[in-house]
Amino acid sequence: MRKQLTSRRRLSVCLFLIVLGVALLLVDFAGLGVTSALAQDPSSSQSVDEAVHRPAPELTAADYPQIAGVNARVFVWLAAQLHLWFAAFVLAVPIFVFIIEAIGMKTRDERYDSMAYEFIKISITAYSLTAILGGLLAFSLIIFYPHVFTYMSGIFKETMFFYALLFFAESALLYIYYYGWYWLQGGFKKWVHLTLALLLNAVGTTLMFLANSWVTFMMSPAGIDPAGVFAGDAWAAMHNFLWNPINLHRFVANIAYGGSIVGAYAAFKFLSATREQDKAHYDWMGYTANFIAISALLPLPFAGYYLAAEIYAYSQQMGITLMGGIFAWLFIIQAVLIGTLFLSANYYLWCGMGRSDGAQRYNKYVKYLAIVIIGAFLVWFTPHTLVLTNEELKTLGGPYHKYLGPLGIMPAKNTAVNIMILFTALSFLIYRRANRVATVSWVSAGNAIQAALFTAGIINILFLGIYYGYFTNTVYKVTASIPQVLTTLIIIAVSISLDTLMYRGAREIAPLKWGRVPDRAQYALFMLAVAFTWLMGLMGYIRSGIRQHWHVTDVFRDNSPDAFTPTLGYAANVVSVGTILFMAMVIFVFWLSQVSTRKSSVVGYWKA
Amino acid sequence: MKILIKVTVFSLLTIGFFAGFSNYGIPEINPAPPPVEEEVDLGSMTMDRFIALGNKIFNGKGTCTLCHNAVGGRAPMLDKVAAAAPERMADPRYKGDAASLEAYLYESMVKPSAYVVAGFGKTGSNDTESPMPDASAGGIALSDVELNAVIAYLQDIGGADVTVEIPSGAVAEEPDAQPQDTAPAGAPRAPFASADAIMAQLACIACHKVAGQGGEIGPDLSSIGAGRDREYLRRAVLDPAADVAEGYPPGIMPPNYGEQLYAGELEMLVDYLAESK
Repeated sequence: MRKQLTSRRRLSVCLFLIVLGVALLLVDFAGLGVTSALAQDPSSSQSVDEAVHRPAPELTAADYPQIAGVNARVFVWLAAQLHLWFAAFVLAVPIFVFIIEAIGMKTRDERYDSMAYEFIKISITAYSLTAILGGLLAFSLIIFYPHVFTYMSGIFKETMFFYALLFFAESALLYIYYYGWYWLQGGFKKWVHLTLALLLNAVGTTLMFLANSWVTFMMSPAGIDPAGVFAGDAWAAMHNFLWNPINLHRFVANIAYGGSIVGAYAAFKFLSATREQDKAHYDWMGYTANFIAISALLPLPFAGYYLAAEIYAYSQQMGITLMGGIFAWLFIIQAVLIGTLFLSANYYLWCGMGRSDGAQRYNKYVKYLAIVIIGAFLVWFTPHTLVLTNEELKTLGGPYHKYLGPLGIMPAKNTAVNIMILFTALSFLIYRRANRVATVSWVSAGNAIQAALFTAGIINILFLGIYYGYFTNTVYKVTASIPQVLTTLIIIAVSISLDTLMYRGAREIAPLKWGRVPDRAQYALFMLAVAFTWLMGLMGYIRSGIRQHWHVTDVFRDNSPDAFTPTLGYAANVVSVGTILFMAMVIFVFWLSQVSTRKSSVVGYWKA
Repeated sequence: MKILIKVTVFSLLTIGFFAGFSNYGIPEINPAPPPVEEEVDLGSMTMDRFIALGNKIFNGKGTCTLCHNAVGGRAPMLDKVAAAAPERMADPRYKGDAASLEAYLYESMVKPSAYVVAGFGKTGSNDTESPMPDASAGGIALSDVELNAVIAYLQDIGGADVTVEIPSGAVAEEPDAQPQDTAPAGAPRAPFASADAIMAQLACIACHKVAGQGGEIGPDLSSIGAGRDREYLRRAVLDPAADVAEGYPPGIMPPNYGEQLYAGELEMLVDYLAESK
């Protein structure tokens, strides 16, 4: 007992020190303007102001260095995108590794610990690639966009300095966490190890937030005057209008993305495995990764919606360019990709129901789930206007189809995506029940409540979508999406909570047989990873593209030969090349993790 | 190795599908190139050309139609702004100091929050703050000449007298010129001399009957002036979706004739149609 108390006291001290350290770090960040405050001292600031606080430069095409045979924009684009893909992956993995390790500690089930270790092992090689690509991006910016880099580093010099220092902290924590895995096992040591994971995540997330502030400053500049002269408050520049919406969106998306990449790893290992126990292990790993990906995927459209709404709030022009202007068709491509994600994730779940014979009871419902999800996808996919020939226009009677046209507007799409999310949650609920039978006395009432909840929720979502979408003015069309989202979130939270209570102490009727899953399910995991990667690339293009011909919106104009906004087809080709490069590197990482465990001894090579 | 090849081929096919759909499954839209400052040849400027310049800026560099359009409902339409201006300037909510339509229009562009039309303010501002940026600064950055051109255009489409002074160096009279194929590249075309020339250029008879000749996709214009007033006819050219004749499908007529025609040409066309009885 005393030993336990001592252990808890140590833990409390440990956590206190961590919180203190993080707080000091934050205080330090809040005081980023120290140098700038000095610069504002009238007695000493004149020369500093003149040297540093200059308007954004007005460049000409000659100010952008060229290297023969290299397209500067495409090179920077690919370097930035590859860096981002890897960074998203290596920042996400420690988040769910922390959770899985904690579950292992709580349940004392070593399988969780082994899986968490395997996850972090994959991210170790990816980590060095992230750093290499980050260096490539920084060099390419300095080479091809020196004035942009100078301007940005003049404003963000403190954050860039801390960013570099934090990278040391991130590396140190990651290496101690990974290499100390089997050293820091059991009792207090395990708590220290888990604390390292917490710190690793805190530093990693801070790094991402810092880098996000540079990107969002370029979209929604703050802390500068209309000519681009920096006022000296680095926090104001960091804390720009779109910083937090992007922080939230990237944080959630990274988890979903990390889950999908780890899922692809597990799928690759499953397909390569020859022993039953290996197949079982990687099947379980793939399922867990897919679960993580879906859990983060469900709230992702809402985070995206919040970001888009904030873009509108920041600049109506930017918002219209995003959703109703030259990028409008991009959202049809996005619908295809998100439809692919949802269908792949659901398909994987449905295939996974084959692990238990008890799932046969639910097989008959799968086709209805599939029909609804595909139907919702098709609504999301329907464009508002169609580009048609005069003959087609005449036949159709206008640019809007009589029946399909109304499905093209935002309320229809909001309704569709909410339904799609709800039915994915339903797939998950059915999967959870596959091998068990609830034994609590109120099973019938519980099922009835769940059925009523889903029915009422779906009717509410449809009513909100139809009434506010088609019978009110534009303002209400947008506003109605919020109660729709709340309805969906409430249904998911309540039904899963209810299900958890109902299936507490449930009787297992047919155990899950890990490894008993068709190979095609593994390809669904691969499709999830590829679609996610491609989608992130596409959305990176639009996030950057809505600045149009500005390095920093409305302040620092892009006058390079590549200042034009590329077409969607062109962007899709660049994103495709990037995805191929990324997937090749990822497969290389998977292969490395495989060969690192192989050991061969050559007889006669070494001296006896 | 077999698995690696299978997985690679599967991934490449998936990527290929996404790339193929993006290239061939949706329409190819070429975004407009970055805007450049209008090179105004003041020596050959006439009021019609000045109004046409305003039209071009309104639909192009000024990015006005991004919000001021009939589809999105995000900003008030400006075709009747001339008529509405006196009432707005007398409104207690008006915070500006304009005393004329010209001054009001200028103020609306550089200080958009001076008067916010009800229902079009920033969310939560109770219509005291406009979401519109200062058109003379930031990303739009219209010059004084460009701002005046837009004012001239707005006065013209609103049916008000164009009070903006033509920039110095402009000629006072509209030359009686015909469109010239030999005009130097980039120079504004010479205006059309007659309604017939305009209709020939726009190929109106491909869809409409004019003087008994032409297509039947759109309404017969041979005696359109008997039943429609000038305001209706002007609107029908500038915004064909506003009033669609019964029995004819909407969306057929191109919506950009307003961008192609000089203001004087538009009036010439409206005159012709109004007199077709």
